[in-house]
Amino acid sequence: MSEIQVKNLHKSYGDIEALKDISFEVDKSEIFGVIGPDGAGKTSLFRILTSLLLPDSGSVMLAGLDVVKDYDKIRKIIGYMPGRFSLYQDLSVEENLNFYATVFGSSIEENYDLIRDIYVQIEPFKKRLAGKLSGGMKQKLALSCALIHRPEVLVLDEPTTGVDAVSRVEFWDLLHKIKLEGITIIVSTPYMDEAARCDRVALIQKGEIMSISKPEAIHKGFTRILYELSPGHGAYRLLKNIRNEEWCANAWLFGQSVHLTLDTNKEETEFLEYAKREKLSSKKITAGIEDTFMELMRKA
Amino acid sequence: MESKENIIVVKDLVKKFGNFVANDHLSFEVKRGEIFGFLGANGAGKTTAIRILCGLSFPTSGEISVAGYDAYKEREAIKRNIGYMSQKFSLYDDLTISENIKFYAGIYGLAPKIIKSRTAELLSRMGLEDIHNRLIRDVPLGWKQKLAFSVAIFHNPSIVFLDEPTGGVDPITRRQFWELINEAAAAGITVFVTTHYMDEAEYCDRVSIMVDGKIAALDTPEQLKKIYKTKEMNGVFLTLARGAKNN
Repeated sequence: MSEIQVKNLHKSYGDIEALKDISFEVDKSEIFGVIGPDGAGKTSLFRILTSLLLPDSGSVMLAGLDVVKDYDKIRKIIGYMPGRFSLYQDLSVEENLNFYATVFGSSIEENYDLIRDIYVQIEPFKKRLAGKLSGGMKQKLALSCALIHRPEVLVLDEPTTGVDAVSRVEFWDLLHKIKLEGITIIVSTPYMDEAARCDRVALIQKGEIMSISKPEAIHKGFTRILYELSPGHGAYRLLKNIRNEEWCANAWLFGQSVHLTLDTNKEETEFLEYAKREKLSSKKITAGIEDTFMELMRKA
Repeated sequence: MESKENIIVVKDLVKKFGNFVANDHLSFEVKRGEIFGFLGANGAGKTTAIRILCGLSFPTSGEISVAGYDAYKEREAIKRNIGYMSQKFSLYDDLTISENIKFYAGIYGLAPKIIKSRTAELLSRMGLEDIHNRLIRDVPLGWKQKLAFSVAIFHNPSIVFLDEPTGGVDPITRRQFWELINEAAAAGITVFVTTHYMDEAEYCDRVSIMVDGKIAALDTPEQLKKIYKTKEMNGVFLTLARGAKNN
């Protein structure tokens, strides 16, 4: 049986539908990513998963327990890292960890194995107040506190937001070690490049899941013809020029390149003639996660 | 671009806090109309340098000129000639769209007549006429970011500083935002961007990467990727920043 089962979940705030009929399952010791922009519904979903918010309808089972009926049992077996830093800023690193261990009737020593790799990085600062830590260190302390009672399911709401690129890579490395301990991880992020670090990924937008797949299969959601144009200089000028062409279905900046979508072979032929005439360097590419996300947004 | 004038000139910028050297002999130039990315890990010294470039803090030593003004003696003139936008704080949640525009334009001393006509022009260009009386807290994040950028360049500054501008929005909205930035740059406004996110760095004409108070690399994204033999700016950044002491 799946470790997490979400069925037909709905949640509204007044007129705003935050979650519209969300269903998915997560296997034991899987890293399941929920990727989407701010306002997509990620936090509402995670608050329902952690029994902190009641759904309007639908059900969630975690490790065979119902998040509404068995909320007291659920809270003992999950570790939750909310989006906003929620540790005690006026307690030290060590005091925070001790506090969370004690609340769950455990001790730092009992589960030290599980957090050792993370905690050694912040241990030199264990007397420092949590409020005085850098972003990367706050994040590691929060993860340690969420893990200290050895939860079965780890729920991480945007753990890498606002953290620098080096700390982000280290954080994902840590999640892969935690997974090996048999812990199931559901993690949200607004950063599409982090999809590659998940076992499976749900793309979410405006309260709806647009697709669920392994990271290497996300591109299958993109079914049109895609070209990458590399003008060297002046990608923005190129973008404006080609948007006026009839064969251009749509075109977007991708750094110093432009990604061009075409719908038919006729459009492709016309574009290739244009590229030849303008001596424009271009190649046909497989869609990345952002191309796919935009395509799914368009279809939605 | 090579022929264009330098709008920011920094020579041997040093900033010390006691014994700690936050900026260790930084030297670089930014050209008019350039989109310049200023990257570095937490604690690398980015914020210190930006505060000096914005006229908010004194350098310890070095020659710094921003929009033609001296960073020691002409800090007020610098402030009048730059714009600033940050993801964390830009517009007032409890003021309406129109009130925010009016507030910032007023701070920069624009005449009421000019404020009125430019506001009308801005609202119509962004398609916000119908909701100009809506409080900022009720405006979706993507619109807020685009509006914050437009407000930051409302007084036609020579340079606009963007501090992690586009986090958390969908890929279409982010691209619309970068199109606005490109449009401003094409009109001659220099764009100075700091970010943790390497996909934003890919949009810059040139990128500098700070490590431990020094500039470890400065070039076009394309060149940097060639030099560090990687397909993405993330690889360049990780190679450089992993050697840092102040992490």
